[in-house]
Amino acid sequence: MAKVTYIEHSGTEHVIEVPVGTTIMEGAVKNRVPGIDADCGGACACATCHVFVDAAWIEKTGKPGSMEESMLDFAEGVTPLSRLSCQISMTAELDGIVVRLPAAQH
Amino acid sequence: MPSRIVIVGAGQAATQAATSLRAGGYDGHLVLLGNEGLLPYQRPPLSKAYLSGAMGLDRVVLKPMEAWIEDKVDVHLDAEVTALDRQAKSVTTRDGQTIGYDALILATGSRVRALACPGADLRGVHYLRSIADADGLGQDMQPGKRLVVIGGGYIGLEVAAVARKAGLEVVILEAAPRVLARVAPPVISDFFQTLHHDAGVTILTDVKVTAIEGADCVAGVALADSRTIPADLVLVGIGIIPNAELARAAGLKAEDGIETDVDARTSDPAIFAIGDCASRPLVHYGQRRGRLESVHNALEQAKLAAAAIMGLPRPVEETPWFWSDQYDIKLQIAGLSTGAAHSVVRGDPSQKRFAVFHLDADNRLLAVDAINAPPEFIVGKQVIARHGQLAPARLADMSVSMKEIGAGV
Repeated sequence: MAKVTYIEHSGTEHVIEVPVGTTIMEGAVKNRVPGIDADCGGACACATCHVFVDAAWIEKTGKPGSMEESMLDFAEGVTPLSRLSCQISMTAELDGIVVRLPAAQH
Repeated sequence: MPSRIVIVGAGQAATQAATSLRAGGYDGHLVLLGNEGLLPYQRPPLSKAYLSGAMGLDRVVLKPMEAWIEDKVDVHLDAEVTALDRQAKSVTTRDGQTIGYDALILATGSRVRALACPGADLRGVHYLRSIADADGLGQDMQPGKRLVVIGGGYIGLEVAAVARKAGLEVVILEAAPRVLARVAPPVISDFFQTLHHDAGVTILTDVKVTAIEGADCVAGVALADSRTIPADLVLVGIGIIPNAELARAAGLKAEDGIETDVDARTSDPAIFAIGDCASRPLVHYGQRRGRLESVHNALEQAKLAAAAIMGLPRPVEETPWFWSDQYDIKLQIAGLSTGAAHSVVRGDPSQKRFAVFHLDADNRLLAVDAINAPPEFIVGKQVIARHGQLAPARLADMSVSMKEIGAGV
């Protein structure tokens, strides 16, 4: 397990223990954190699990793959901290990571 | 507000309906009736990451039981609904339980079309719809075994890709002149045929299966041209049939799927139908209606039904969309190409990154098939929802970006 803090657009925080090897998206969906839709279930096909990774953690999440980068390019309000949370697998190194959620995914 | 809402089914549409009702503030009694003995799960991975073993059952399940309990949903997982009484406003399960409703959501899904030929019930003949199906198929998929796939649709092609990677010999049998004939243009069919051929899959098109041969277990598949293709296991992927019998028996309008209006409401105002089992107005495509076999459709109709039940504003209907993963290829489709007058290819199929745009006679975009091409998919999806027109020559010009093409349309 590794800890993830999800901060909704409204400011509400959810601190969740997410199993290592599963994704930040799954941690949100399975624990009823609103604001991550993940329509395609993690196939990197829909861009409805957009998050802003806290600046202190962005390096540790690694670089987005080319499909993800390409999908993100069209997401609403994208910034250099944007990632698709279905493409970030939890590791021990990411224990404590903070991600912020956009106002809407659609 | 209805005091009790009953959802029949436990797939993605059913799950989203429950989630949207609670998220929208519905605080009445909410009952979900499933019949697979399993918590609601995602079906798309069954022919992809679940079958390959990359994703376990815990990850395919949509939400753990605790989340259902926290949402105060009364979840029954072995409740097969066998009757619907619209006068009494109740449903009855196989074990004789009767449950009343004020609003009913039918999310009964679909079942596989069965192969109708001698030998179709031999051991080693598989279908793929449920976790149980995927587990059975996965057990038989041992390296070196010979898999014959009957039907070159998405299920067949996705399983072929997983099987090939797992070291099986794979032959795909397709009755039409090309794979994906019902759902994709020839350039996309050609692309996938080449992709599978290069991966070592044999594809036979224009063939008719006459029998599955074998003593008690599959040994081969006999064709009308008198050939027999040796096989250790067979996967049949020849389409699905909507589970509309319950609705039909209760007198609801249901020819090919349970007919609904734009709010997912059936001909009975207290009953809604969502997902694979429903036939809905295709809002971006004039007066047509149809069934859409996709996750997007399941989620969208669930949201429409939930909003209608709660009297909330209707969510905006998006362009229908769909995806498929095979090997290192992601196909993303937006829209429906039926009725297209012509199509434009953007990019080079040999580079494994291109898209096919389907336009009507006025160059209005109806659909796009994108291979490893998210910009084409995303911009196409937006333009379709706006019923926008695109100039074919500009679309084909790779020096003009999709952002430029989509701007102002």
